[in-house]
Amino acid sequence: MSIILILEQVLNGLQFGVMLFLMAAGLTLVFGVMGLINLAHGALYMVGAFAAAAVAGLTGSFLLALVASLAAAAAAGAIVEVAVIRRLYDRDHLDQVLATFALILIFSEGTRWIFGSFPLFLDVPDYLSGPVSLPGGIEYPLYRLTIIAIGLVVAAALFWLIARTRIGIQIRAGEADREMIAALGVDISRLYTLVFALGAALAGLAGALVGAIQSVQVGMGEPVLILAFVVIVIGGIGSIKGALVGAVLVGLTDTLGKVFLPQLFGLFMEPASATSVGASLASMLIYILMALVLLVRPSGLYGGSN
Amino acid sequence: MKAIKTLALATAVSALAVAAQADTKIGMITTLSGGGAGLGVDVRDGFMMAIEKAGRSDVEVVIEDDQRKPETAVQLADQMIQSEKVDIMTGIIWSNLAMAVVPAATAQGVFYLSPNAGPSALAGKRCHENYFNVAWQNDNLHEAAGAYASDTGYKNSFILAPNYPAGKDALTGYKRMYKGDLAGEIYTKLGQTDYAAEIAQIRASGADSVFFFLPGGMGISFLKQYADSGVDLPVVGPAFSFDQGILQAVGEAALGVKNTSQWNKDLDNAANAEFVAGFQEKYGRLPSLYASQGYDTANLILSALEKADVSDKDAFRAALEAADFASVRGEFKFGPNHHPIQNIYVREVIKEGDVFTNKIIATGLEMRGDAYAAECKM
Repeated sequence: MSIILILEQVLNGLQFGVMLFLMAAGLTLVFGVMGLINLAHGALYMVGAFAAAAVAGLTGSFLLALVASLAAAAAAGAIVEVAVIRRLYDRDHLDQVLATFALILIFSEGTRWIFGSFPLFLDVPDYLSGPVSLPGGIEYPLYRLTIIAIGLVVAAALFWLIARTRIGIQIRAGEADREMIAALGVDISRLYTLVFALGAALAGLAGALVGAIQSVQVGMGEPVLILAFVVIVIGGIGSIKGALVGAVLVGLTDTLGKVFLPQLFGLFMEPASATSVGASLASMLIYILMALVLLVRPSGLYGGSN
Repeated sequence: MKAIKTLALATAVSALAVAAQADTKIGMITTLSGGGAGLGVDVRDGFMMAIEKAGRSDVEVVIEDDQRKPETAVQLADQMIQSEKVDIMTGIIWSNLAMAVVPAATAQGVFYLSPNAGPSALAGKRCHENYFNVAWQNDNLHEAAGAYASDTGYKNSFILAPNYPAGKDALTGYKRMYKGDLAGEIYTKLGQTDYAAEIAQIRASGADSVFFFLPGGMGISFLKQYADSGVDLPVVGPAFSFDQGILQAVGEAALGVKNTSQWNKDLDNAANAEFVAGFQEKYGRLPSLYASQGYDTANLILSALEKADVSDKDAFRAALEAADFASVRGEFKFGPNHHPIQNIYVREVIKEGDVFTNKIIATGLEMRGDAYAAECKM
């Protein structure tokens, strides 16, 4: 196990974490500001990936595909918010879970209806494909570095938006006291639609970025959604900073765990059962991490005191 | 005179009733929605194409969607057996669903013909006289991949598969026929979509070849990321990650990869030529491995119905065992545990015009049965 391999795996973990952050940021905002559990967030991720694949197939341009993913997911988010979600803010969480679960089914079957049952093609553009040599002799795919960069840029932009802009003030105020901000004359329903569309657009962007190196297919959002929930629980619900830290933590734990645990077990077990036991334990690792965090800080790393 | 008329009418009516009872009802449970729908849709389309072509109005097919959930499949199976009174069942894609449905169905006297899943348990100790597999035993394609790797001279393979029963069958099958050393062996998470960590390990392992079994979307993800990583070791795998439904989504990354299959569209026999042309005309796409398995399953059932009525279970079973139909894969027969004995071919991914597809380059294993037949006591 060389230093180079370890560094490469750390980069992999970071890239995975940054991708999770794009998903978790929207989820945590929606939960924090509106108190809504949105299971359909993964469906918006899928919408982004399918829009990107369709536009890339038509125009051949990856940039246009990314723009399309943002636009399509934001539009889908806004429509869903106005048509369905808006009716759920005052209901309890179980109603929200049921309704957004129904949205998952509608989005999945609707997508299958439009695009068919077979996975779509979306590839890394030529100018981003292939590996580059990093200092220290690490060969690392350029596209994954690009994902890390885009994720960090989005994170910085979000921090600026929340901390420095008028919308950001309203979002933070909405988190703290919904009735009061409405009483002060802020159009709360417009704010909610905006936040929901913003979260949806980020999920769509994540879907498109990841779709280029994974499979664009119906149901691709749900596995990521579960991880995104783990991230926001670890980070503290409603906190963008928590989402970033939580996402990187989960990304690193998952990646390094599945690499090193089987080898660790290999020290005192026979190879075949070491890989099997190691792999099983590695897939539990992030949930163990979540449990530990909750044990020490019940409202997450950066969560409020409620 | 009137009495005779009535008697004649009564005879006619009872004859009709007998004819109605002789109708054969087939229940198909397969995956038609969600992530794995492509496979179920292909099995269904291949199957129904054969049934429609036969033009038998006395064969009725009931189709239901299991959504890839074992509990849904079990529910549908109970409903089909108890209220629909089906005679024959088929359709299940996934081994875990097959394990939940098949033993209960065969125990209730229903015939089950698997168009895909072939878990080792049902081939060995838990085999049943009413259970037939028309595709393969799960290990088969991986065994052929192992044999091909050894024949090609690979000496240090890196192998990976998801951590679930079919994944373990896969690596077991590969190792059964592969003679060289292993540079590494990894079980990935089922449904995993990012393989950066595994690819880094492959790069560092000093392997001379890579074998992987990652069905469906997992394989698409792996291949795209592998191609982008700059690791260019040769890759071998079973047909599941290189099938017609998937190849277009993988694109250039799959070109030249060797994979193993019991069927390909260029197999030279009359039944296959008719199937490939007919499927393209009817559905507007190239048939996949799964479509060919659905088509063969239906033709096997039809061939047995020609010889025996399904209500005469022993005669019908004997007719199935004879496998007297023109399989699209050429020569085909059943082993003692009702699993296929057939050639497994090595294919290469090529590009025909704009379409990615496979061509056969060698025969991997000739008339291969399976490793579990000896454990089956019927």
